[in-house]
Amino acid sequence: MAQTQNEKGFPWKHVFGFLLSIVLTLMAVWIAFSSGLPAKTIIALIVILAFCQAFIQLVLFMHMNEGANGSWQATMIYYGIYIAIVIVAGSIWVMTFGHQHHH
Amino acid sequence: MAEMAQKHANVPLEYSTKQNQLNILGFWIFLGAEFALFATLFATYLVLVPRTAGGPGPEELYELKTVLIETFLLLTSSFTCGLAVYEMRRGKKTGMIGWLIVTILLGAGFLYFEIEEFILYAVHEGATMQTSAFLSSFFTLVGTHGIHVTIGIFWIIFIILQVLKRGLNADTARKVFISSLYWHFLDVIWIFLFTLVYLTGMVS
Repeated sequence: MAQTQNEKGFPWKHVFGFLLSIVLTLMAVWIAFSSGLPAKTIIALIVILAFCQAFIQLVLFMHMNEGANGSWQATMIYYGIYIAIVIVAGSIWVMTFGHQHHH
Repeated sequence: MAEMAQKHANVPLEYSTKQNQLNILGFWIFLGAEFALFATLFATYLVLVPRTAGGPGPEELYELKTVLIETFLLLTSSFTCGLAVYEMRRGKKTGMIGWLIVTILLGAGFLYFEIEEFILYAVHEGATMQTSAFLSSFFTLVGTHGIHVTIGIFWIIFIILQVLKRGLNADTARKVFISSLYWHFLDVIWIFLFTLVYLTGMVS
């Protein structure tokens, strides 16, 4: 359990993660409402920002890679994310684009 | 031998027993399953969002101000929850409980705005679960997250009471740590609600 330790001093990691999350949230809002980009580009960019922010939570706040089972924990989450992407992207693909084809 | 003892002295309480390590691993497996649960609800929502059946659509209902307030309340609560675990790892019980209480209050604030939002939709805008496929999937997805937050608040309250009664030991530290994982996870889900439901709904 190499990386797991008791904490000392000021929680820099948490403050850094918190500030970064705020910046990413505001960036997403700016891209959505003020960037003037096409809708598809906006959606692609804000989804990327969402994944960045999710990783901040998982790594900086939840210590995903820590502990004796750190690599297992991370594997579990990556697999969960894989399943989530397959379900969400797959459903949209089949139901939206497939449906349109029939008309 | 001395080196091992020193290594052990630096291990946080929540990881100090084999049982605790397994419980924490088990909770990560549960979170993986929660990803799958929310993925099915997100998929349902994103497929059904154009089906408004003549009722109000996302762009008429969602308000950026409310959504941003909810976002910052939950994001800050996730941060303070992280600080609680940080204090726990420094052996500071009072600091930990203080940050947990702040976390609960911010979570309750989030719920207040969410319930107000739901009432606004259902009572004032005539947008209920029965109105359209879009709204059925909206209330199911966002409501499932809201129920998770509600459960989290009660869970953390009971853990605080247990820490007050029994003090910080390997068992209570593990419970605080696992509930903190759950709380951060709720913010992870909210990031995607914010992006895929609210922002996307207001853009297109």
